[in-house]
Amino acid sequence: MSERRIRVLIAKPGLDGHDRGAKIVARALRDAGMEVIYTGLHQTPEQIVETAIQEDVDFIGLSCLSGAHMTLFPRVMDLLRKNDASDIIVTGGGIIPEEDIPSLKESGISVIFGPGTPLDEIIDYHKNTIRKH
Amino acid sequence: MEIADRILKGDRRAVARLISMVEDSDPLAVEALGILHPHTGKAHIIGITGPPGAGKSTLVDRLVKSYLLLNKRIGIIAVDPSSPFTGGAILGDRIRMSDLNTEPNVFIRSMGTRGHLGGLSRATGDAVKILDAFGMDKIIIETVGAGQSEVEIASHAHTTILVEMPGLGDDIQTIKAGIMEIGDIFVINKADRQGADRTEMELRAMLELSDAGEWTPPILRTIASNSDGIVALRDGIESHLVYLKSSGKLDILNHQRTREEFLSILGGEISKIILDKVMDGSKLDALVARILKREIDPYKAACDCIREFSENR
Ligand SMILES: Nc1nc2c(ncn2[C@@H]2O[C@H](COP(=O)(O)OP(=O)(O)O)[C@@H](O)[C@H]2O)c(=O)[nH]1
Ligand SMILES: [Mg+2]
Repeated sequence: MSERRIRVLIAKPGLDGHDRGAKIVARALRDAGMEVIYTGLHQTPEQIVETAIQEDVDFIGLSCLSGAHMTLFPRVMDLLRKNDASDIIVTGGGIIPEEDIPSLKESGISVIFGPGTPLDEIIDYHKNTIRKH
Repeated sequence: MEIADRILKGDRRAVARLISMVEDSDPLAVEALGILHPHTGKAHIIGITGPPGAGKSTLVDRLVKSYLLLNKRIGIIAVDPSSPFTGGAILGDRIRMSDLNTEPNVFIRSMGTRGHLGGLSRATGDAVKILDAFGMDKIIIETVGAGQSEVEIASHAHTTILVEMPGLGDDIQTIKAGIMEIGDIFVINKADRQGADRTEMELRAMLELSDAGEWTPPILRTIASNSDGIVALRDGIESHLVYLKSSGKLDILNHQRTREEFLSILGGEISKIILDKVMDGSKLDALVARILKREIDPYKAACDCIREFSENR
């Protein structure tokens, strides 16, 4: 009986010290039946990408409140490419100004969930987007 | 390239992918495991179990760092419970192991129990084999100690470490005799806290009740968060491995496990063949309904299936 279970890495790159939002999303995805790997605060892009590879996740959810998303998110995308792991779908969240979104998408981030995005919308996105490997 | 060949060539993505396949019971995994089989059997498998919050993950982090100083390659399988209702899980053991994420000689995998103990045990066993074939010298399995599942998962280990902490008071009494017996090494972590002496006394008393074999399990104290006592723990683990080898116990353990594994695979395959031939899903459900109504007992039902199979061969 084979059964695919969706695996998601929720990661907090950079120096900000709050992970309340990230934890709420982690719990919501768990309650929707997914396996969520949670790694805590202050992860470097290198750590995030290496974790995603070892855990064979379908998604990486990056959450950043410090304002450093414009350097940290593209760096994660770069490292995924270098490691031949661009099939992993990357989503972003936290405090991201509207005007930054196009360039983040340009760098390969699939979607940005701004503050106040309903949890159901986030869950549906993970259920309906399929990683091709 | 074939996934097994990629693993043997050192491809970490392939290792990760095949572990997912065994977790998802993907039938394609069987062939890859077959190719890996000749390359397994070299790793020393260490189980670490104990109550939530005892400091197991912190201990694993420090122990691995201490093995890295000896140039060992280490695989870690960290098991956390899945929700019995949704099957989802938050796997958080890596929080305590952040420094190991980018260590080239370490591979960490988090697993949820996914509600089937037997299934988890098989997936864990297969993940161990994959990491073994990948060339890991030590493979550490962390599980939360709360009952039968841990005994089952610990049954993959050569050396099992039970972690306790002071201040659980009478809780230690709840460690069942069966669980005490799987411990090769006892660790009292958080020895910086009050009550370590009492915990040690209680452990000693419990140990005296169980059969003394050739190996006397040591009771060690650690303060994982300060890396205190880690070298002594590593030495204890290595002494246990020396004991297993010199006493011939390692060969006996490996033989027993391989035998059990083979018999369980054989049983599964035989029942698959028989069911394919004499039964489809609805016929199976009808038979189960008859057993429920007490029209037939399950042993007789099984014998009938086998008879029908051999008559129609
Ligand atoms: N005081 C003290 N705290 C510790 C020690 N070892 C671990 N901890 C803390 O105990 C908590 C639980 O540790 P963790 O490794 O996640 O426990 P696990 O659930 O058994 O894996 C963490 O906050 C650790 O920092 C120790 O030796 N002394
Ligand atoms: Mg843990």
